[in-house]
Amino acid sequence: MKDKARGTATLILRDQTFTVPAGITVREAIRHAGLVPESVLPTREGELIPEDERLQDGDVIRLVAVISGGWA
Amino acid sequence: MKRCRKCGERAVIYMRQHRLALCKEHYLEWFVEQTARTIRKYRMFTKHDRVLVAVSGGKDSLALWDVLWRLGYQADGLYIGLGIDGGIAYSDRSQEVVEAFAQERGLHLIVEDVPTLYGESIPEMARRTHRGRGKPCSVCGLVKRHIMNRVARDHGYTVLATGHNLDDEAAVLFANVMTWQVGYLARQDPVLPARDGLVKKVKPFFRFYERETAAYALLRGIAYIYDECPFAQGAKSIYFKEVLNRLEEERPGTKLQFFLGFLKAKKQGAFAAIQEQAEGELHACEVCGQPTTAPGRCAFCRLVTPLTSPTPTPSP
Repeated sequence: MKDKARGTATLILRDQTFTVPAGITVREAIRHAGLVPESVLPTREGELIPEDERLQDGDVIRLVAVISGGWA
Repeated sequence: MKRCRKCGERAVIYMRQHRLALCKEHYLEWFVEQTARTIRKYRMFTKHDRVLVAVSGGKDSLALWDVLWRLGYQADGLYIGLGIDGGIAYSDRSQEVVEAFAQERGLHLIVEDVPTLYGESIPEMARRTHRGRGKPCSVCGLVKRHIMNRVARDHGYTVLATGHNLDDEAAVLFANVMTWQVGYLARQDPVLPARDGLVKKVKPFFRFYERETAAYALLRGIAYIYDECPFAQGAKSIYFKEVLNRLEEERPGTKLQFFLGFLKAKKQGAFAAIQEQAEGELHACEVCGQPTTAPGRCAFCRLVTPLTSPTPTPSP
């Protein structure tokens, strides 16, 4: 069994910050933060990153909210 | 690690409902091709049509304009200034974004500014009237629909295109099913044909998840207004989208099946009787001439006319 990377990574969504364990996938991290992966897009330095990527210690992932509102 | 189905390079997006992973280059290509296919399949418009794209500055409408431009359609933009500030100069910033987008691509943009034309911003109109007190979304929808149709007619556009995506459509359907608004169910459609002064309306993105239109805007490098409309906070539409996304999370494809199933049922006549009622005769508004369901003044003119009508002279 592979050792998971130690440490933490950070997810940022608008003005909210979430600290998650490193070593899990981006998708798992989004769920770990109590968010729905379907509602956000993960980016690093402005570039879209795949959800199956494993987070490294110190990673900062910015989540782009995809839901917009209004009926009109 | 997922690989792009087309080239085997590392994928940047995986669409679970299609079991499709794509790299940046092939995602952008796929998105444009899928839009073209939807336009053809649902007979939305052809290269001979003059298409007016309603652009708000958000990701969906700008992505739509970008794709139609790349596909070579005759597509001009319409931006409606709503006079919404919300402490973030929302309307002003949105207009700047849209103007920059049009300028960069050499596209023609029509700007209609509500406060300039009618003397009041959307929030001011909402405060003055009974429609949606405190929440101007209902007034906003009414004004935008009126202006979009008027501009399309006045400028000779044959089709009006909006950037509504599948999440928008599924959320509206969900809300209308929850309250059994059967009249609205009968009217909801990605293609509304032209009739009695109403210009044809189409939604070429209605099969894309909202996540996909956002990914397109991001990967294409489209600068869009990321901030939500200040009045959208706590909106029912957002709540229903979140509920549907939780279902989608557990069962990929749920949103797509929900909406396409509805369209299929509709095509099979499930709402035929209601549809006939919903598509009743339209009358020309006695003030603006635009179509309205009841004779007399249309809802828009009842909203704005008090401001624009001269004060009646008292009888001697």
